[in-house]
Amino acid sequence: MGNMLANIFGTSPVGPLEKHVNIAYRCTRELYGFFVSAIAGDWEAAAVSRNSITALENEADDLKKEIRLHLPKSLFMPVPREDLLELLLVQDKMANRAKDVSGIVFGRRMGIPPSIADELLEFVQRNIDAAKQARKSVRELDELFTSGFRGAEAALVESMLDVLDQIETETDERQAALRYSLFKVEKDHDPVDVIFLYQVIEMTGEIADMAERVGRRLELLLSH
Amino acid sequence: MEAEIIYIGLAAVFGIFMAWGIGANDVANAMATSVGSKALTIKQAILVAAVFEFLGAVLAGGEVTSTIRKGIVDASLLSATPELLVYGMLASLLAAAIWLLVASKNGWPVSTTHSIVGAIVGFAAVGIGIDAVQWGQVGTIVMSWVVSPLTAGFIAYLIYLSVQRLILTREDPLAQAKRYVPVYIFFAAFTITLVTILKGLSHVGLNISLTNSYLLAMAFAVTIALIGMVAIQRIKPDPKAEKKQHFYTVERVFAILMIVTACSMAFAHGSNDVANAIGPLAAVISVAQSGVVGAKSALPIWVLLIGGTGIVIGLATYGVHVIATVGKKITQLTPSRGFAAELAAATTIVIASGTGIPISTTHTLVGAVLGVGLARGIDAIDLRVVGRIFVSWVITIPAGAFLAIVFFYLFKTFLP
Repeated sequence: MGNMLANIFGTSPVGPLEKHVNIAYRCTRELYGFFVSAIAGDWEAAAVSRNSITALENEADDLKKEIRLHLPKSLFMPVPREDLLELLLVQDKMANRAKDVSGIVFGRRMGIPPSIADELLEFVQRNIDAAKQARKSVRELDELFTSGFRGAEAALVESMLDVLDQIETETDERQAALRYSLFKVEKDHDPVDVIFLYQVIEMTGEIADMAERVGRRLELLLSH
Repeated sequence: MEAEIIYIGLAAVFGIFMAWGIGANDVANAMATSVGSKALTIKQAILVAAVFEFLGAVLAGGEVTSTIRKGIVDASLLSATPELLVYGMLASLLAAAIWLLVASKNGWPVSTTHSIVGAIVGFAAVGIGIDAVQWGQVGTIVMSWVVSPLTAGFIAYLIYLSVQRLILTREDPLAQAKRYVPVYIFFAAFTITLVTILKGLSHVGLNISLTNSYLLAMAFAVTIALIGMVAIQRIKPDPKAEKKQHFYTVERVFAILMIVTACSMAFAHGSNDVANAIGPLAAVISVAQSGVVGAKSALPIWVLLIGGTGIVIGLATYGVHVIATVGKKITQLTPSRGFAAELAAATTIVIASGTGIPISTTHTLVGAVLGVGLARGIDAIDLRVVGRIFVSWVITIPAGAFLAIVFFYLFKTFLP
């Protein structure tokens, strides 16, 4: 009889979800140092960054599987299981994008036009900021569960999500500006490299898009 | 003469065995919620359980004991053969105790109450005759097994909802908690004390008038609430921990409340479950001493003491480990949630004890936990496990009955 009461409680997804978003954020954060090295053409340093990105992405992946395993359909939770799984998925995609971007840049030993270097780094940083804000919001899950997704705590998260939206809008603007800057110098560079560079910009911007989707999912939880 | 001593001796041994089993397993479930939420350390939980289980058993365990002792078997049929009741009660005790032991070894969630009631009904219906069972009374008991978890669940739901509305969703939850938690403490202490005074104390020879009962319970509850208030005022916010978990200090305020509800829970458990061990014992003693069934002898106080002591020994020797294991696994039940479950369960159980109905404390607590879950208080409840618990409900009754029947015929053959 001893453990019957204990077993009623399924594994709470809250702690693991907060842990997962932290890993995903740390994965995107490595991207800044990676781009600094890539711009400088220091591919040894870039390889180190690239390795930590891959390692963190794997770690996030493993944790994602683990969380899914512990969220059977028989769980009764204050919020729909599907919403939590979707939240997990978009959190994971932030890390995926970081890995994809670094993969293309590193695989092609991609040269980056010096004229756009600073702008690119600022753009990357802003995407990392979005992931950071997503992490900050998800870290409120614990408190949200405690307060039943209502009241002052819910309002606090709403305000965090507003900030996240602002950051995401800003990355969109920066992305457009960055593409224009690249457009102005694209004729001076190898066309294939340029095409891939556009793709890298696009995918980097998706980190903020995914962060925003993390926010959308949290908002959905609040509306239940 | 010699036979009587054998009867009483055996009954005492089986009774202590059963009480030991209750202390070793059942109590652990009742106390683990407090340990899991870190409101109490294991040592403190053992101390609280020992004191309040004992008090509950001795002060408020009389009504249920009387139901188990003479409410299930129709004694009028046995006036010619009183020894059959002795064999039956001995068999029931042994059957329930063994079933409990087997079940706990295998981790099956069974109820001590269900096994003893199943055992008594079993031996009476098969060993003596279908008419020997007071089916009306048994029907009431079985109904209460459905009603008690539902009631506890409903109360827990309301309590937790009020906690959310009044405290957790507010702008300044800490200030709100400091304001309202003493009220909850008052409510907990008042209910438990009142029911005990109204229903239980007559068994220990105390009779207090209705008005005085209310006044006494009120005075007691106010005192406890004031002590709680002092303890709460001394809690200072810990900014470092708060940064990680905004409700950190709020939960520490609730932890004070949970000490009170843990005491209530142990008291309630003692008041209802001690009967499972000493009800049959009391029946055997009564028959053996008077030679007749249904003699109007009062419940000897030493029998209640034996039950209380047995429970405490079971708790100290084996229950400690169970509390540690369970406590570690239920960290989801923070004090703000755990207290709601405990208070609801304790209230339901004490009321049942006062009315003399044997219910399952564990299942009542499970009902209360589900109630908190329905109020969106618990991160994840595994419904499969809940389903298994319901199945074990149903299995325990025939299992207890079957074993009791076997032992009944054994005793009938071999005992003088």
